Amino acid sequence: MSANEEQLKELLVRGLAGDEAAYHQCLKLPSAHLRGFLRVRLARLPDDVEDLVQETLLAVHNQRHTYDPGQPLTAWIHAIARYKLVDLLRRRAGREVLNDPLDDELAVFAVSDTDAADARRDLGKLLEQLPDRQRLPIVHMKLEGLSVAEAARATGMSEAAVKVGVHRGLKALAALIRSKSEE
Amino acid sequence: MKTDELITLLANDAGAVAPRVWRQRYALALGAGLIGAALLMVMMLGVRPDIADAVHLPMFWVKLAFPVALAAGALLAAVRLSRPGVAIGRVGAMLAAPVLAIWVLAALALLGAPEDRAMLIWGETWADCLVNIPMLSVPAFVAVLWVMKTLAPVQPALAGAAAGLLAGALGAIIYALHCPELAAPFIGLWYLLGMLIPAALGAVIGPRLLRW
Repeated sequence: MSANEEQLKELLVRGLAGDEAAYHQCLKLPSAHLRGFLRVRLARLPDDVEDLVQETLLAVHNQRHTYDPGQPLTAWIHAIARYKLVDLLRRRAGREVLNDPLDDELAVFAVSDTDAADARRDLGKLLEQLPDRQRLPIVHMKLEGLSVAEAARATGMSEAAVKVGVHRGLKALAALIRSKSEE
Repeated sequence: MKTDELITLLANDAGAVAPRVWRQRYALALGAGLIGAALLMVMMLGVRPDIADAVHLPMFWVKLAFPVALAAGALLAAVRLSRPGVAIGRVGAMLAAPVLAIWVLAALALLGAPEDRAMLIWGETWADCLVNIPMLSVPAFVAVLWVMKTLAPVQPALAGAAAGLLAGALGAIIYALHCPELAAPFIGLWYLLGMLIPAALGAVIGPRLLRW
């Protein structure tokens, strides 16, 4: 599985316009590259690779409103992956040392690794720690595939509250990951 | 949860996203920052009483143009530093140009009136400048940092500095309507320092505040 700039960009632009299938592909295609990129750089922390792949994908999703179709998509994803990598290494500073320079541009797309190991951190468990107003909309809409209206009915929340709950819940999940890994 | 499951979770009902949301957010932050600074200035300092006469002096407009030019450069820097993978470009030159310009004017003023040098540099209110410009920058500082927090700065120290400089420049624009000083050396020194105080503060608090 490989991904190139034009193909990915078209998928993301369609995804941002509301095309769910295109958006799914747009997250799926770069994940092998992300894994390859992070595995090389986290040679001393192999167990963290899949966690960081997931953290980066969550960040790509949560920050997707910062993408401008006028800019190269690979550079955008690379910058996010690099930020999350540096963030992890900084948190681990003192225990492990960075063993690879990070300045090679666009290196995310130079390597690929489709062999997803199991994530050490279970996002499903972290999800359970969210308050109901965020957790229930995510479970109903995102995991069980209900529509906004159905999720609103199932939770007794308004449709607007369901949407806000999903949005804030995924942000809170990212924040939870950050605080967990600082422990 | 497996990575494929996460991807499915994220993509399900992801919905449409408004394009280039940062534009309106920055516009709101600038408006709020300027209005906030103007209110603070009117309530705490007051517009200079002779402003009707001052608008006829070229240096009054130079004193406004200097922070306006810095605000434009700082805004561009802030917008670019708010999003991953965007090169900062020639913002450095954009920021250096107004500083060099005011320093050239300052050098000419100092050379032209050697006996008045102390007055041209120190004026009568240099210390006020260092207090009031940072004070007037607070509304914009808060608003711009809030906007940055909703975006994704990957260089938080630089982003914080850009936010501080932008806020400082907006504060200086408003302060120029109160401040009686008109000498280029004064503006090139104290106005600049007044704007650099929030910029330095932003560089310090950026890495803590702007994590995502």
